Amino acid sequence: MVTLTLDRLTAHYGRRQILSEISTPPLEGGRVVALLGPNAAGKSTLFRRILGLIGGGGSVRIDGATHERPLAYMPQDTGANAVLSVYESVLLARMQGRRLKVQAEDLAEVDRALHELGIVDLGERDIGDLSGGQRQLVGAAQALVQDPEILLLDEPTSALDLHRQIQLLSILRRLARERRMLILAALHDLGQALRFTDEAIMLESGRLIACGPTAQVVTPELLRQIYRVETRIEACSQGSPQLIVEGAT
Amino acid sequence: MHASPPDQAAATTSSTLQGRGFYRQLVVRRQWILAALTLALCLSLCIDLALGPARFSLGEVIAALFSPEAVSPQVRVILWDIRMPVALMALVVGASLSVAGAQMQTILSNPLASPFTLGISAGASFGAALALAFGVVIVPAAIEYVIPINAFIMAMLTAFAIHALSLKRGVTIETIVLLGIAMVFIFNSLMALIQFFASQQAVAAVVFWTMGSLTKATWPKVGIATAVLVVVLPLLARHGWALTAMRLGDAKAESLGVKPRALRLEVLVLVSLLAAIAVAFVGTIGFIGLVGPHIARLLMGEDQRFFLPGAALCGALILSIGSVLSKIILPGTIIPIGIITSLVGIPFFLFLVLNHKKSAW
Repeated sequence: MVTLTLDRLTAHYGRRQILSEISTPPLEGGRVVALLGPNAAGKSTLFRRILGLIGGGGSVRIDGATHERPLAYMPQDTGANAVLSVYESVLLARMQGRRLKVQAEDLAEVDRALHELGIVDLGERDIGDLSGGQRQLVGAAQALVQDPEILLLDEPTSALDLHRQIQLLSILRRLARERRMLILAALHDLGQALRFTDEAIMLESGRLIACGPTAQVVTPELLRQIYRVETRIEACSQGSPQLIVEGAT
Repeated sequence: MHASPPDQAAATTSSTLQGRGFYRQLVVRRQWILAALTLALCLSLCIDLALGPARFSLGEVIAALFSPEAVSPQVRVILWDIRMPVALMALVVGASLSVAGAQMQTILSNPLASPFTLGISAGASFGAALALAFGVVIVPAAIEYVIPINAFIMAMLTAFAIHALSLKRGVTIETIVLLGIAMVFIFNSLMALIQFFASQQAVAAVVFWTMGSLTKATWPKVGIATAVLVVVLPLLARHGWALTAMRLGDAKAESLGVKPRALRLEVLVLVSLLAAIAVAFVGTIGFIGLVGPHIARLLMGEDQRFFLPGAALCGALILSIGSVLSKIILPGTIIPIGIITSLVGIPFFLFLVLNHKKSAW
């Protein structure tokens, strides 16, 4: 099973230090890990550092990977106006680093990704015609189609309506279990992090504040300290924890 | 999401047919479009060969092409030695400029990018003008090649200047485009200066050169331009998936494993070479590098496996048709091809863009 371990990871843009010595225990495949923190905490930078897109100190260790390219990354949505259908744009993500000729198995992977995310009907649409939420689902399909062992998602639900948010997070949790895939997702909705993720990493100003089971990270005390909000956590009728925000301090 | 397993299996099968079936239809349609463009290109080439002071029927042209010994030596000489290099030069230069424009638009994310945007063409004109007006020879060569070599060297120097400046830290796509525009203005000023000091005769020669003309094409020149195109096309094609990903934006391309900066610089050098060779041999032929890629994009989208050959074929076809028109608009006179491509190409292009229901950019 794949594991991802961060060891004293640092990153800087010019002279400005963005991440300082981020270390985690091995994060295991089959689990969903929330990456939490207020704006400018360094969440996107941490993703880019893990991918090697920016330099810095420390190390990223991936053990037990069987694929040549175990990582896939879905950046925050930026929109695109290329003359490509959704189907082509997902196939494109699959084919990077491969030969020009498309094999039947590549098309099967595209079909599978679109089907998993419930967006088969978007396949024929031009990507320029999509809404923000639809683009986000296509972005998730582009990441999934690479059949990754570690999936990094930067705010995958920010443009989705509530129904789609819950749907996507449920699908991701199921896929993590089924494919023994590690999913690391930057989320702003702490309630959803509490409900859908197994573990959480809390960052603030580029420093690691907490790392562990989500219920032990998303606590009223820590949220007061980091987000300056008063909260309480109660079990809902189905037993899962619910975050109730009472106000800002 | 709550479907039972048999329902789910049935849904997967039907959605698979929908997705894969749609994609296969798309591929077949694009293959047909490429075939149709190739056929139109062959037809245009034959018509181009048939037209001139001595007119031949299409039958005679085809006979001369496939069994040269079956036609008279006179016809053979006219078709093979005089008209064929010019007609083929139209195809090669058209394809080169269009591919150069297509890739510049791709890597610079700018629908107005073309070999002219980065000052490559302006540099070539300046090099040619130096030779035409003052007899400046950058590299000694046979008299026939002095002007093309001057033009080529100045075009490549411009490209390398842009390339070197692009390597500087913090240079964005927008900066590269601005650098190109600055180059265009610098060379335009230098051209004006040359024209101010040059003799009237030399000014006329410079103006004629900048209008673009295929008539000086010879077999060796066609050979050189073809060789460059044949070398550069596969080098671009091998980056097909990465170049298509560049159209999704740098952040997305990077997330898919593409190195946008390195790719942009490599492609910049390759397309500069294509454009420099084309402009050096035939002068400034405007709008092919802009119109060719846009028509290809409208016809077959931006998957580079189809867009790249599509842009090459569209550019070649437009310039070949331009060559035909340059002979028939004023019988007995060959109008410089650069004028034809601008006069006919742009209204046609506007018609296509304004009447197409989908956005082309």
